[in-house]
Amino acid sequence: MDVAPSDEQRRLVESFTALFGDASPPSRVRAAEPLGFDPALWETVRSAGIVAMAVGEADGGWGAEPLDLALVAEVQGRFLAPVPIVEAQVAARLLARLRTPRAASALAAALAGERTVTMAVHPSREGVARLVPAGAVADDVLVMDGGRLLLVPSGGDHGQVENLGAMPLADLRLGPDAEVLADGPGAEAAYETALDEFLLLTAAAQVGIAARAVEIGVGYVKQRRAFGVPIGSFQSIGHALADSATAVDGARLLTYEAAWAHGTEPGRFAELAAMAFAFATETAREATYRSLHFHGGYGFTDEYDIQLYYRRARAWAAVCLEPRAAYRRAADHRYSAVRTAAPMEEQWTSA
Amino acid sequence: MDFGIGERGQALRAEVRAFLKEHLTDELAERCHRTGVAHDDAFVRAMHEAGLLALGWPEEWGGRPCDPLGLSVVEEELSKAEAPTYGVSTTHMVARAILRCGNDRQRAEIIPRAVRGEILIVLGFTEPECGSDLAAARTRAVRDGDEWVINGSKMFTTNAHIGDYVFLLARTGTTSKHEGLTVFLVPADQPGIEAQAVRTISGERTNITYYRDARVHDDWRIGDVGGGWRVLGEALQEEHSVGFGASMLRLLEAAEGWARTARGNSGRPRITDPDVRERLGRCAAEAEVSLLLQRRAAAMAGQGVVPVAEGPMAKLFSSEALTRAAEDLFDLLGPDALRGHLSPGAPEGGRVEHALRFSLGTTIYGGTSEIQRGIIARRGLGLPR
Ligand SMILES: Cc1cc2nc3c(=O)[nH]c(=O)nc-3n(C[C@H](O)[C@H](O)[C@H](O)COP(=O)(O)OP(=O)(O)OC[C@H]3O[C@@H](n4cnc5c(N)ncnc54)[C@H](O)[C@@H]3O)c2cc1C
Repeated sequence: MDVAPSDEQRRLVESFTALFGDASPPSRVRAAEPLGFDPALWETVRSAGIVAMAVGEADGGWGAEPLDLALVAEVQGRFLAPVPIVEAQVAARLLARLRTPRAASALAAALAGERTVTMAVHPSREGVARLVPAGAVADDVLVMDGGRLLLVPSGGDHGQVENLGAMPLADLRLGPDAEVLADGPGAEAAYETALDEFLLLTAAAQVGIAARAVEIGVGYVKQRRAFGVPIGSFQSIGHALADSATAVDGARLLTYEAAWAHGTEPGRFAELAAMAFAFATETAREATYRSLHFHGGYGFTDEYDIQLYYRRARAWAAVCLEPRAAYRRAADHRYSAVRTAAPMEEQWTSA
Repeated sequence: MDFGIGERGQALRAEVRAFLKEHLTDELAERCHRTGVAHDDAFVRAMHEAGLLALGWPEEWGGRPCDPLGLSVVEEELSKAEAPTYGVSTTHMVARAILRCGNDRQRAEIIPRAVRGEILIVLGFTEPECGSDLAAARTRAVRDGDEWVINGSKMFTTNAHIGDYVFLLARTGTTSKHEGLTVFLVPADQPGIEAQAVRTISGERTNITYYRDARVHDDWRIGDVGGGWRVLGEALQEEHSVGFGASMLRLLEAAEGWARTARGNSGRPRITDPDVRERLGRCAAEAEVSLLLQRRAAAMAGQGVVPVAEGPMAKLFSSEALTRAAEDLFDLLGPDALRGHLSPGAPEGGRVEHALRFSLGTTIYGGTSEIQRGIIARRGLGLPR
């Protein structure tokens, strides 16, 4: 066991920390609301290779490991960078996995920066893919539709669904221009793996959100005074932050372990990714709640940054799964031998 | 990054499992359960003969090289099996403190015997009037020539009734709270020491011990007069990878065993029920987090970094998670969960019921959850006192 990042990974984290530190300060995050998309920043990270890093060299990418992607997602979470990194990376990896000429050309367009590709994290229903992450800003959307995986050009006319997390979500009607990329069990398996990766990278982003929320809270309670002392000296505050700091470390370890398992213990990857998502989401919810609460009335105002974290901790998860459903998904993988007969959609979303 | 335990870890794990298969018999487990004593001379001797006691000790002391991570793998296996090793862990904790803070003679007398499993040393820190605030200890040691005379009482001196020595925190000065403390290794078998059983809800037996003109030679003072707080700190510092992740795995396996066999109204095994799966999934995730936090603290120690906040994080999280899981899985089993270990037909031999009882102590001994949170808040987060 070695939980320290390699030198290369450390440099990766440092470079994205510097990049987002400059380009995604809270003022920019606010300015990008309510759409939740900063085109200039997207251009910057895309030319820095954010999509290319996610796919293998044979497919025209850099072949970074899922662990590297998780490290970047954590930094994105810390800065709430309003760009569809996870969406574009997971979609690109899904295209690469399909190994068909049309998927390859769609991937090439994504890597060339000509098109932004995202994916719907729920199968479509009645011809509509609902609440597609980055759906309001993407050019192409990968949608699972009745066992077929479609490439759907968004056509640019899909307005954002106004939402808690200021995410560029859209409801997308599948038009006649949707193309079938793959179908059958192969398509479903590729899509399932993409969902696992989406959960993993969202977990990493939640770790970043939670870690930053604790830092913001700690900073505030050291400064703010009441009854003649810093409020951070009150145990009800210090102990709650200690619990969150502990959970953040645990969530980070679990997320990295899941990312590590992707290549090293593939049989455990899907289970660990779902666990990491569930645990990191609960951790981020609790950490942002506590940190906001310990700001007193100021925490409730728009002016303080903590509310930006509070809203996203909930929204980034809710678009996928509630934590309880993710624990069920983890169990479905853990106890696969006694898998329930429920269809895939139900396992992903059901109560 | 690497989250595996490596070939060496795998080999150690296999070694411990094979040992437990042979030596942790049903009969021994049953006896430990009934007596509430997690120590057995024959078992400890067998551990020595199998080379398990020597793990992690310097070779000059008859040790067998093993880094803290390897040790935590061994601990996990022992703890998951509920092997009777509490006596070994207190003995070795004291022996390590003596290695650091004792003199040559003390080292030569104690360490080889501890490494061979020939002595049992118990911890006499907590008192009837203080536990978390250990520096408030009032048990007095007064110098009398070459000896010290001890009067007072200690609470929760687990294994005192069978121990050879008590590692005793005593007050030798009154001017300063922390600098008035001294640590002694007191022979337990003497008329001035009386141990009375204290029963606990898990069945674990501990003791209250009374010291009435008990005596210890000055040769058995560990560290300086007034240096007891530092010695205690060193001793506790050594406990890096303390945690209950493996106890959670034991509980989880029991609940999984139940879920695979018990049938619901539909006639299908309960494990097919989404609610059951969700609760098992959460327990499995929190067990994983517990083990990761424990192993991280051990890995830091292996690199020579003291896991100042990380050790408490592992202890805090794993004990609280175990308590939550025991409560939840007890509910999950329904009324049958009530059937205790001794009742025939208890689900999984009453393991879930037992976990409910056992888990409560884990958030108390070894520093309560509040004490751990305080350390994390001040030393990890830098919050003011
Ligand atoms: C089964 C068992 C075995 C044990 N074995 C041993 C042993 O072998 N040797 C030994 O020396 N001891 C042993 N102990 C004692 C154990 O270490 C103490 O019980 C523990 O440290 C707590 O001390 P206390 O019981 O005096 O509680 P107290 O210190 O009186 O605490 C009472 C409550 O107050 C809280 N509290 C205390 N201080 C603070 C604070 N600063 N901030 C917030 N809350 C606080 C505590 O968290 C706790 O909830 C054992 C205990 C048990 C239950």
